[in-house]
Amino acid sequence: MSFRIIVLAKQVPDTRNVGKDAMKADGTVNRGVLPAIFNPEDLHALEQALRIKEQRSDAEIILLTMGPPRAAEIIREALYRGADKGYLITDRKFAGSDTLATSYALSLAIKKLKPFHLVIAGRQAIDGDTAQVGPQVADKLDLPQITYTEEITKATTKEITIRRRLERGVETVSCQLPALITVHSSAASCRPRNAKLLMKFKHARTVSELQEESKDYTEMLTSKPYLQIDEWSVADIDANTEFLGLSGSPTKVKKIENVVFAAKESVVLSSDDKDIEALMKDLIDSHVIG
Amino acid sequence: MNNIFVYCEFDEDHIADVSLELLTKARKLANELGCKLEAGILGHNLKGIEKHVFPYGVDVLHLADDKRLYPYTTLPHAHLIIDLFEKIKPEVALFGATSVGRDLAPRIASKLKCGLTADCTSLVFGDHKDNKSGKEYTNLLYQIRPAFGGNIIATIINPDTRPQMATVREGVMKKEFHSESYKGTVKHIDVKELLHDDLFPVRVVERHMEKRKVNIKGSPVIISGGYGVGSKENFDMLFELADILGGEVGASRAAVDAGFVDHERQVGQTGITVRPKLYIACGISGAVQHTAGMSESAKIIAINNDPKAPINQIADYSIIGNIEDIIPKMIKYYKKNTK
Ligand SMILES: Cc1cc2nc3c(=O)[nH]c(=O)nc-3n(C[C@H](O)[C@H](O)[C@H](O)COP(=O)(O)OP(=O)(O)OC[C@H]3O[C@@H](n4cnc5c(N)ncnc54)[C@H](O)[C@@H]3O)c2cc1C
Ligand SMILES: Nc1ncnc2c1ncn2[C@@H]1O[C@H](COP(=O)(O)O)[C@@H](O)[C@H]1O
Repeated sequence: MSFRIIVLAKQVPDTRNVGKDAMKADGTVNRGVLPAIFNPEDLHALEQALRIKEQRSDAEIILLTMGPPRAAEIIREALYRGADKGYLITDRKFAGSDTLATSYALSLAIKKLKPFHLVIAGRQAIDGDTAQVGPQVADKLDLPQITYTEEITKATTKEITIRRRLERGVETVSCQLPALITVHSSAASCRPRNAKLLMKFKHARTVSELQEESKDYTEMLTSKPYLQIDEWSVADIDANTEFLGLSGSPTKVKKIENVVFAAKESVVLSSDDKDIEALMKDLIDSHVIG
Repeated sequence: MNNIFVYCEFDEDHIADVSLELLTKARKLANELGCKLEAGILGHNLKGIEKHVFPYGVDVLHLADDKRLYPYTTLPHAHLIIDLFEKIKPEVALFGATSVGRDLAPRIASKLKCGLTADCTSLVFGDHKDNKSGKEYTNLLYQIRPAFGGNIIATIINPDTRPQMATVREGVMKKEFHSESYKGTVKHIDVKELLHDDLFPVRVVERHMEKRKVNIKGSPVIISGGYGVGSKENFDMLFELADILGGEVGASRAAVDAGFVDHERQVGQTGITVRPKLYIACGISGAVQHTAGMSESAKIIAINNDPKAPINQIADYSIIGNIEDIIPKMIKYYKKNTK
């Protein structure tokens, strides 16, 4: 049996470039208009898996992501860096899922990939900054969890030892496997794409992508089956739709406001001596300072 | 009416500040609803701990005292709180958005299948009407938080699941005694009965906790520097000004990323939230992620050579010019005119 590692990664809108039309009227994110990237901390998670693979010849890395069809892009990115296989969970019925519904779907998919030793997630995704999906998947799979991993210092088939980065310090813990860990941004950055792997997996596709490109894929997939990125729907993971999407999400977005500054009446001053001196005098007289 | 619950984080020998801030907020929310405030402390050697939390207005304090509960690991804490929630069925449950709270709360929410909102910056009660079902709700907890990298402010509600769970970062709420003589009752959780060996797959091998070096949050005056300060050396001017004014030096993330100052000084959405008497923003443009952490300061002075910098819009005084000119002038005037 191989040492199977499942890496959870999410394709996220790059929140550093948000425009006005980024939100839909129902309060969910309009992903279509934003550049989509591999969630940064999930790359750190992938790197931790790749490091185990360097040390254990029996290690196998599976990248699992749930998202729209284009999220297959991050599976390819993971293959270029050394992941062995990818699964994309995609279905319209997942739309609008909050962390609870997302973790439900991911946990069902992970059950299909049993037996595994380790599930590695990022600490948090930059679109929501919630850091909830990791622990919630762990709960649904009845796994112990170790959050904020900075480094895996040892991994055997039975036990893992990890240094965690906490707000005000570090902690080393060991834990029985299987387990779920989440990886912090202070962990090692992910290695770049590997040129050989890039050549090998450049044409890796999901079936829907191939249909979109109207290519004849049957032949390619029989001669090079590793190029197929598997797609799973709600039915494939035996999910109960009641627990998915908006209906499976106890949190509702009531209101969204763009951030606007309530402009104050501000006094504009220059750097002239007299302006600065008047200001300082004011502050001292009113006991704000001094 | 069911009550409001706060998970109080126990750290070696005291209750974390963020928990006391949450108790302060939760007491006010409980008064609004006319319900009680309950709290839970899970740790070891907790004798006498109640007198540190009752003044914040705690009516019922649940205590679990066992050496296996400190240092914190997820499963035993989650198990005890889930069991407690099944018994007391709180209306609202609040956790610090700390390494512990953000590890624990999602696990509990998953088990109880209830909604959880991370990193709230404001919590208020309000009403809600569901457009589809027409169902009306009163006194739902509006969980208000920045989302999408701070570009929007979202109000989240959990209409149908209880407790309504939220985490809040340290420094976002104010910490205040409710009444120094306030007395609640202590209830002991039956730890021996509830904890079993399966809950301890994780073993803490080693811990190194650092004492906090700077205390920006408690400082009445903060001189904050941004990327516009330009260098580590220029930050020395800010340190000098902070020193003579009895304040602390803060920073924007760009200044921290550029290596001008330590991360622990970062103010903003992913740093600390401050509300000093005086905040001087030097060479800071005023991105929302920064202002989220300082806009409630009593007085704001912006020093920026760009008259159009957004920080000027929230400043009481905008000084247009270079920090290299202005800060030395401030230092000089202050030294000359105070003893
Ligand atoms: C998810 C996320 C979280 C974030 N969290 C935070 C956070 O917690 N805190 C935070 O601060 N940022 C945060 N940021 C970053 C934030 O968006 C801004 O990039 C950052 O605040 C900008 O820092 P700045 O104002 O120092 O730099 P800049 O935007 O580069 O501004 C520099 C300013 O200095 C002025 N200036 C230049 N030279 C001089 C001079 N000689 N004298 C006077 N003025 C001068 C310029 O006119 C300009 O206005 C976050 C970003 C993201 C995406
Ligand atoms: N749709 C998803 N598909 C795969 N992994 C996810 C998904 N959403 C969240 N995750 C994982 O859970 C972590 C925390 O996400 P979040 O709770 O959204 O901050 C991420 O860093 C990912 O590793």
